[in-house]
Amino acid sequence: MSYEAVIGLEVHAQLLTDSKIFCNCSTKFGSNPNSQVCPICLGMPGVLPKLNKRVVEFAVMLGLATNCRINKSSLFARKNYFYPDLPKGYQISQYELPICENGYIIIKVKGEEKRIGITRIHMEEDAGKLIHEGGASLVDLNRTGTPLLEIVSEPDLRTAEEAVAYLKELRQILLYLGICDGNMEEGSFRCDANVSVRKAGETRFGTKAELKNINSFRFIQRAIEYEIERQIDLIESGGRVVQETRLFDSSKGITISMRGKEEAHDYRYFPDPDLMPVSFDEGFVEEIKAKLPEIPYDKRRRFINEYNLPEYDVEIITTDRDIADFFEETARLFNNPKTISNFIMTEILKELNEKKIGIRDTKITASLLAKLLTLLNENKINTNGARAILPKVMESGRDPESFIEELGLAQISNEDEILKMIDEVLKENQKELQEYLSGKDKLFAFFVGQVMKKSRGKANPKLLNELIKKRLDELASK
Amino acid sequence: MPEINKDLVKYVAGLARLAFDETELEDFTNKFKNILNYVEKLGELNVEDVSPTYHPMPVNYAMREDIVKKSLDVERALLNAPDRKDDFFRVPKVVD
Amino acid sequence: MELKDLSLSKISELLDKKETTSREITEVFLKKIEEMDKKTNAFITVCYERAVDMADTADKRRAKGERGRFLGVPIAVKDNICTEDIKTTCASKILHNFIPPYSATVVEKLLQKGAVILGKTNMDEFAMGSSNETSYFGPVRNPWDLERIPGGSSGGSAVSVAGLESPASLGSDTGGSIRQPASLCGVVGLKPTYGRVSRFGLIAFGSSLDQIGPLTRNVRDCALLLEEIAGYDEKDSTSLPVEVPQYSSLLTGNIKGLKLGVPKEYFIEGMEEGVTKRIKEAIEVFKSLGAEIVDISLPHTDYGIAVYYLIATAEASSNLARFDGVKYGYRAEGLKDLKEMYIKTKKEGFGEEVKRRIMLGTFSLASGYYDAYYNRASKVRTLIKRDFEKAFEKVDAIICPTSPTTAFKLGEKTGDPIKMYLSDVFTINVNLAGVPAISIPCGFDEKNLPVGIQIIGDYLKEADIMNIAHAYEKAVSGFRFSPFI
Repeated sequence: MSYEAVIGLEVHAQLLTDSKIFCNCSTKFGSNPNSQVCPICLGMPGVLPKLNKRVVEFAVMLGLATNCRINKSSLFARKNYFYPDLPKGYQISQYELPICENGYIIIKVKGEEKRIGITRIHMEEDAGKLIHEGGASLVDLNRTGTPLLEIVSEPDLRTAEEAVAYLKELRQILLYLGICDGNMEEGSFRCDANVSVRKAGETRFGTKAELKNINSFRFIQRAIEYEIERQIDLIESGGRVVQETRLFDSSKGITISMRGKEEAHDYRYFPDPDLMPVSFDEGFVEEIKAKLPEIPYDKRRRFINEYNLPEYDVEIITTDRDIADFFEETARLFNNPKTISNFIMTEILKELNEKKIGIRDTKITASLLAKLLTLLNENKINTNGARAILPKVMESGRDPESFIEELGLAQISNEDEILKMIDEVLKENQKELQEYLSGKDKLFAFFVGQVMKKSRGKANPKLLNELIKKRLDELASK
Repeated sequence: MPEINKDLVKYVAGLARLAFDETELEDFTNKFKNILNYVEKLGELNVEDVSPTYHPMPVNYAMREDIVKKSLDVERALLNAPDRKDDFFRVPKVVD
Repeated sequence: MELKDLSLSKISELLDKKETTSREITEVFLKKIEEMDKKTNAFITVCYERAVDMADTADKRRAKGERGRFLGVPIAVKDNICTEDIKTTCASKILHNFIPPYSATVVEKLLQKGAVILGKTNMDEFAMGSSNETSYFGPVRNPWDLERIPGGSSGGSAVSVAGLESPASLGSDTGGSIRQPASLCGVVGLKPTYGRVSRFGLIAFGSSLDQIGPLTRNVRDCALLLEEIAGYDEKDSTSLPVEVPQYSSLLTGNIKGLKLGVPKEYFIEGMEEGVTKRIKEAIEVFKSLGAEIVDISLPHTDYGIAVYYLIATAEASSNLARFDGVKYGYRAEGLKDLKEMYIKTKKEGFGEEVKRRIMLGTFSLASGYYDAYYNRASKVRTLIKRDFEKAFEKVDAIICPTSPTTAFKLGEKTGDPIKMYLSDVFTINVNLAGVPAISIPCGFDEKNLPVGIQIIGDYLKEADIMNIAHAYEKAVSGFRFSPFI
């Protein structure tokens, strides 16, 4: 009997606003406990919420980027439950009428594109943090009121791999829009997964389990795979799946039932009387639409068509929107996209990853990179030289040409000079020369290497190759 | 009208984190029954096509600019705390 | 200087003429509070020292030439309105020690103008009550008859005015909590249009119903106080971005040709004869002033109490969830775990009526009951609102009794919630619709207890209803607002 899994995901994305959703406290991460709180986010008696406009803008941005219908009037509702990290005893969220509905994003798994539906996107406030310490719990309310978007997918996902592809695509969209930093470790991008299985051909859904607390793509993949397996085994052995919340234990790689540890939920949602419906006109949406950046999916397609780049390259250089922009600016100044993408992938990304910084944190510009690649193209430097100059340019923002002299990197393209070095090398390596002449062709590269070393990497490699070949051929014919 | 019995009262009390002892529960269930009995009269009206009023005076939503202002001083924030440790509010342990 | 003469306008006049000082006036009232409050229990907190400091500051400002209607004028504030660094309890054990780190917008406004806060007035716990008997700090007694209740929930605010313990006070009105005690104590009380006065800092009961408003000795003082506290507040998303008229300058006293509606549904069985008589006389007075009396109907009146008790309690059940013993207020002792903290804290911290309303509200919102209770009530609320909208197409204002009875005896209705809820039958629909209404004294019943008449206006027509009230007050040359004059 074969089975099919049905997966739906709920993502909570913390928004990169300066202030909280309903008050003016800072949203900065990692401050001293309870230092970013005010009567409003503390839920003091008598306070009232006041909505941060940027949260609405960000929600509309994401809605547009995920092809949602934007509701020009939406409602805030109270979700009532008790927990010490929830100071008002309710969370302000959206229930009946969320700001965005009925969208989709396109993912690609094993070369196949698939459209994944988005049921809704709504705005809400984050809760605080609890630290369990001995016989007590400590409450820090700094995070309380940090704006969140909850993005709920349709149950369109069928494998753990698809789920991860969806999450990566969604995260990339959020990063492109600049509305969430996507940091899973710090919890600014969190995911719950609803997983059920059914027999192949069955159209009804099976009973789902909700997986919580998964904070990396790798764990999500493992948790879902484990859960699918568990449910199939359970059914095969005559058991039944129960609807419950399960936690992923990353050290054991299994999911554990929370049954009995939580009470029946009845959140008693109702429209928040402290907040009027969130209303805006078409102009508000149009303004946001005009400023909306290209979404990753569109950018990837365009890069393939416009720059004739392989899919693999495009995948890599569009991962980060700044890199993609940098590529494109450079491509306007230097007419060989493949050379640029190669250089970005092999050299620039290596530098950035080593230093754990972004391209905008360096001083290199598109025009500086174009200059550097032109120097390479015109044989004024070789790849080694370019590699040496790159970090200098990134650090200083100076003209790459100015480093040629300074680092002594000017390429030697003078034939006599190179020939002189070749002769020296051949003289110093008589044994190898004899071996070569008696047919050990492989040693050709050895001589190239030796001459390059003698030139301290500056010999024009193309010319060097030609000249060595010529000289060796001469010797062989003697 | 749903049957108002002690079980329902206990269920609702659980949601609200309230508790009543037996005698209170008796009295409460009776008063609760009377009140719900009274509000039953709303059932007389046909409200199928009536939209609910959640706000008596809906006005266009005035939103706030995304500006950070000074938070409370930690000591002011914790001034009324029934229990604290360092700069945290302290509560009894959460039992699983 | 006699307390009975010290109305708001008189005080500022005396201060302007330098015939007295804020300190002198403040001390006179503080002394009266000290003497009266043993009997009335109108105050939870009296700011003996702080009030004198504030008065001194005001006197200094005046000495430098500064002037202002409220500069140095003392006032009492209901104890559900937050006052920075002054204990604010909501008359509940659960907040018995709460010191707000901020002030309500209305308080901030008054403080900026140099008003002096005499103290915080007693009330029904969390403003839930119509008799002021649910206060954790004990019931408030009506100065007209100490065996009787003053009405509620702003009982302390009304009594502070009627007992000459303050020249004026702020109350809050969710279902009649300003107008009903005003009526039962013989003073003026106004509930503004929903959104007219900022709710920021008012400890919420029913958020879509609550409004802060003045309780005063006369209509002119009411206008003066309202124009000070009204207006748009960026901290309150439900506050109306509408300019505030200078109400006190609009009291012409001319109501000739105005159409006043008298709703037939407001003369019900069980209404006391003393009340009916006074209201009928008042209607005659309006006629003599040139107003046209029109019979109208507000057909859904009878559903108001049911709607109110489902909506207000639903909102309250959520609003009061925050009193959990974590951040402020009371926390039970000897707790073994978190769950016990919630249950014991709420059990010990809330009074019976509050618990009853949290239960009703929780039920009204619970899954499976929401549609039949909370949401159905919200729909009937629309019908009630439409009743008023239709009425105001025909009339300029509506006149009716404020309360079906005059002040009743302590304990008379405490055993029967429904009977108690019915005290609000004439005031509740006004909150559901969100329209403004004022209660003014219109004489006394056979027990010599004050009777109040209510004037209800269309949205934002506070100026109109105060002018109608002022015309009446002038015509009858005012009734005694205190038993001590």
